[in-house]
Amino acid sequence: MPLSPELRRNMYRQMVRSRAFDDAMIGLYWVGKTPIFAFANGPLPGELHCSNGAEPVGAGVCAALDADDMITADHRPHHVAIARGVDLNAMTAELLGKKTGLSQGKGGHMHIYDTRVNFASSGIIAEGMGPAAGMALARRLQKRPGVALTFLGDGAANQGAFHEVLNLVGVMKLPFIAVVQDNEWGVSTSKKESTAVARNSDRASAYGMAGEYVDSNDADDIYLAAERALARARSGGGGTILELRTARLAGHFMGDQQAYIPEQMKQIDPNPLYRAKLIREGVLSEAEAAAIDAAATAEVAEAMRLAQEAPYPDPSEAFDHVFAGADA
Amino acid sequence: MSRILTMARAGREALDWEMERRDEIFVLGEDVYNFGGIFGTADGFGAKYGPERVINTPISETGFIGMAAGAAMAGMHPVIDLAYIDFIGVCYNVLLNTASKTHYMSAGQVKVPMTLMIGTGGGYNNAAQHSQCLHATVAHIPGVKVVYPSNAYDAKGMMHSALRDPNFVIYLTHKGTAGVGWMGTPLKTTLSEVPEEPYTVPFGKIAITREGSDITLIGLGMSVHECLKAADELAKDGISAQVVDLRSLAPLDRDGIFAAVKKTGRMIVTDEDYLSYGVSGEVIASVVERDPTVLRAAPVRICTPDIPIPFARSMEQAILPLAAKIADAARKMVK
Ligand SMILES: Cc1ncc(C[n+]2csc(CCOP(=O)(O)OP(=O)(O)O)c2C)c(N)n1
Ligand SMILES: [Mg+2]
Repeated sequence: MPLSPELRRNMYRQMVRSRAFDDAMIGLYWVGKTPIFAFANGPLPGELHCSNGAEPVGAGVCAALDADDMITADHRPHHVAIARGVDLNAMTAELLGKKTGLSQGKGGHMHIYDTRVNFASSGIIAEGMGPAAGMALARRLQKRPGVALTFLGDGAANQGAFHEVLNLVGVMKLPFIAVVQDNEWGVSTSKKESTAVARNSDRASAYGMAGEYVDSNDADDIYLAAERALARARSGGGGTILELRTARLAGHFMGDQQAYIPEQMKQIDPNPLYRAKLIREGVLSEAEAAAIDAAATAEVAEAMRLAQEAPYPDPSEAFDHVFAGADA
Repeated sequence: MSRILTMARAGREALDWEMERRDEIFVLGEDVYNFGGIFGTADGFGAKYGPERVINTPISETGFIGMAAGAAMAGMHPVIDLAYIDFIGVCYNVLLNTASKTHYMSAGQVKVPMTLMIGTGGGYNNAAQHSQCLHATVAHIPGVKVVYPSNAYDAKGMMHSALRDPNFVIYLTHKGTAGVGWMGTPLKTTLSEVPEEPYTVPFGKIAITREGSDITLIGLGMSVHECLKAADELAKDGISAQVVDLRSLAPLDRDGIFAAVKKTGRMIVTDEDYLSYGVSGEVIASVVERDPTVLRAAPVRICTPDIPIPFARSMEQAILPLAAKIADAARKMVK
């Protein structure tokens, strides 16, 4: 698909939906956690890794996908999940640990599953690699067109699984894309300090696949690069390391003071830039942009209301779903 | 001089003392330079010892823990921070086949003195991949020492012991016991008077954390504190509960366990690790293999059931081996 106004408006819409979701979650996260901070407290307990700043990645890549494509994501999954069309109400409820959540309160925010849109995530770093390659293999064996994508961080690209799986993908020429989200940090460790090469996309040559780096954190550029990688995968051209410069504006997780980030490494919010660009290029009027913003806020507020009203799972449900089969 | 410390500060003091005096000790792990590791055990060490001895690693656990084993074989003593035990899946081979077995396979030619610090446990809604205990999964490997302090005094003494041990030692700390900012107010029973001078706490010795005569409650890590809470409750009902802290899983103090259980004739083993194939069965075996007649009642286990840890508070709190469950079981047994 060409980069039509319609498509770009939709990407912007996904970016603001994701931001509205994260902002609402951040607001709720602090309820019950002051003055004494503890992961366990409040209506949204546990660790929370928000996607603020990475919205163009989810919006740009997912806009290029087909229904049959499959995704594995990591501990920071919201922006990808939302852009992929994961049910927002059920996802909100899942973060709050409610019975109406995607996984009935079993998963929480790092473990988002929605088979309706072929979405899964894992909190173990680079653990999405192998499963995504397996999904790519399954699609090939099933003679279906789907491509598998794994979304992971720049930090995850130093994990053994990353390299083993890329070699497999290279050997087998699987329809696979590793979307490396370069936000320059893995917790408090900078990419410079942890990675032997400046760009993970350069590592592609070691695995017989294509590598592309997109430097802009701009949804248009990301969309076009994703289209190239997908076309390659669908035509039997094999895998791609698609590395995207992006941002991590809300810290590693809630509670991260980010004192380790020097002033000159402060990152820019991509969302207002994209909004201004679309207005400048006549794709959106100010009023239309404002309407998209307001609709996202309202949608998330409604999801939050539903989730807060929903019941918690009964304690006995902890024992359900350990195995598939008659009693599951 | 002594003062009240958290486990995290106490462990840090021992590591600092040893590092000041022994050049072969160095620290490595994710975010150790800026954050001092998950519990701040190396807090401030980056500035004090510099990047050569406080190595911030990439997220490459197989690589850097294997590297630590090699450095140990070559005469160093690495101290590794692996954050959460849920991540051992990524680097398990180094533990399972290298760090644990090299001394044996080389008939003592090659030593692997290294200390692997790992946080365990849940109870704070971090779901199935960030809440596990898995201590049995490492204690099962021959050739590994596994210690599990549950209070600040032991945290310091066992850290000194680990750093002076010529073997591979896994030093576990339950996240809820460490006394770190992100887990809220430190649990009172984890705090202790800690002497400023160095001292060691030997491995393979249980601690009687509370004296009692009617029933023996045995725990490790966080479950010691649940046992202590249960013992307080039971005291109100006139039941005198003895509380045992295992402290060390490998070696396991089977004599100490037997003697403690013999004293009361009743035992409940509590463990936040999964019920089956774990520490709780091993502890009971230590008693009944020797003399089942010391027991006046069948032993009871209060453990996390064999299910992944659910996220939602309503479900997670229900499956953890908390004090109320322990006290209920004790009342039934003593009646
Ligand atoms: C195997 C494993 N090791 C360590 C961790 C702890 N951890 C969680 S997120 C993270 C940093 C990930 O950095 P990156 O991949 O760049 O993603 P980002 O957080 O920047 O989005 C680490 C070290 C983990 N979850 N799994
Ligand atoms: Mg990163």
